[in-house]
Amino acid sequence: MATTEFTLLVAGGSFLAGLLGSLTGLGGGVIIVPLLTLLFGVDIRYAIGASLVSVIATSSGAAAAYLKEGYSNMRVGMFLEIATTIGALCGAYLATRIPTAAIAIIFGLVLLYSAWTSIKQPPELTAPETGPIARLLRLDGHYPTPEGERAYHVTGVPAGFGLMWIAGALSGLLGIGSGAVKVLAMDRAMRIPFKVSTTTSNFMIGVTAAASAGIYLRRGYIDPGMAMPVMLGVLAGALLGARILPGAKVRTLRIVFSVAISAVAIEMILQGVRGKI
Amino acid sequence: MAQSQSQFWNDARVEGIIGNLLRAGVILAAAVVLAGGVLYVAKYGHQKPQYEMFRGEPSDLRSVSQITQQAISLHSRGLIQLGLLILIATPVARVAFSVIAFAAERDWLYVAVTLIVLAVLLYSLTST
Repeated sequence: MATTEFTLLVAGGSFLAGLLGSLTGLGGGVIIVPLLTLLFGVDIRYAIGASLVSVIATSSGAAAAYLKEGYSNMRVGMFLEIATTIGALCGAYLATRIPTAAIAIIFGLVLLYSAWTSIKQPPELTAPETGPIARLLRLDGHYPTPEGERAYHVTGVPAGFGLMWIAGALSGLLGIGSGAVKVLAMDRAMRIPFKVSTTTSNFMIGVTAAASAGIYLRRGYIDPGMAMPVMLGVLAGALLGARILPGAKVRTLRIVFSVAISAVAIEMILQGVRGKI
Repeated sequence: MAQSQSQFWNDARVEGIIGNLLRAGVILAAAVVLAGGVLYVAKYGHQKPQYEMFRGEPSDLRSVSQITQQAISLHSRGLIQLGLLILIATPVARVAFSVIAFAAERDWLYVAVTLIVLAVLLYSLTST
């Protein structure tokens, strides 16, 4: 296969990954890395570098749209970015020190977890009052609902901060947005409403990925010929996904896709165990 | 005067500016990557891609100054890499702008928080 065909095929696959990632809420990164490694036989380090770049593109593009709607909480986002960016640096350093087979296995496990959380949506938790650290940091906020602005309290800052460090480390290690772990930290630990946690998480993903992308670039993990079709394909797919999402019936798609993703995750774990990645 | 200052830097306005900043960064990055991509396929389209084995990029595609040089002389791979650098710089610019916005609101706690994030980002782009 020549470079022209390879580029077009990767761009097409990335377009689909971006589209499905935005429709199901899983993000493009979790699909790109298995696509490149399992289907195209690309070394996982090139795949992670290319995926990170596409994660920044989709997050920044989507955040621009979300910010207008007034859901995201800038203070929560900025404070937690301390944890995610430091985590991302640690993850990016770790990526150069552990064998690629181990990266593939961890990737598969995170993929399984993401697939699981995308179908099982637990009920929303609310905090009756503001936690002491959240009060100090003035993290409480409000967001628009059809019945007007609704205020919410924030709590569980230490647990949320710790989970965010893990989310950042996974992002730096695997080249993904780690949206599933970020939402876990904000929904479960900090009791932030879904609408706010999802949009704030998306807002943070670009900054987190930029922290590890800098390291990857300087280490020579980002190949222009590889990253170019991935970035352009995922971005175009994600933009189309965001446009058709309001009218789309995503419930069935999400279940089918989660099953498919789980199969891919198991394949990645097996290949890692056999030392083929 | 103080009032018009705080009116100018209200949250909605800051979020609007940040939204436009992010959008402009992504569009510019995508355009540069696309231009470099067209040159790249025109030049290397017939060669066989080699990504099965990890070799790492040459040093002229790793640092900000070298990438800029490569891009100015219109080397396709350098041009793509410059587009990717613009993309990586977009969230960094967003954080830098937030420092100014929090300072204008005299919110010194969050100026400090945002400066920490900015320092981590700059460290990742400049350290080895």
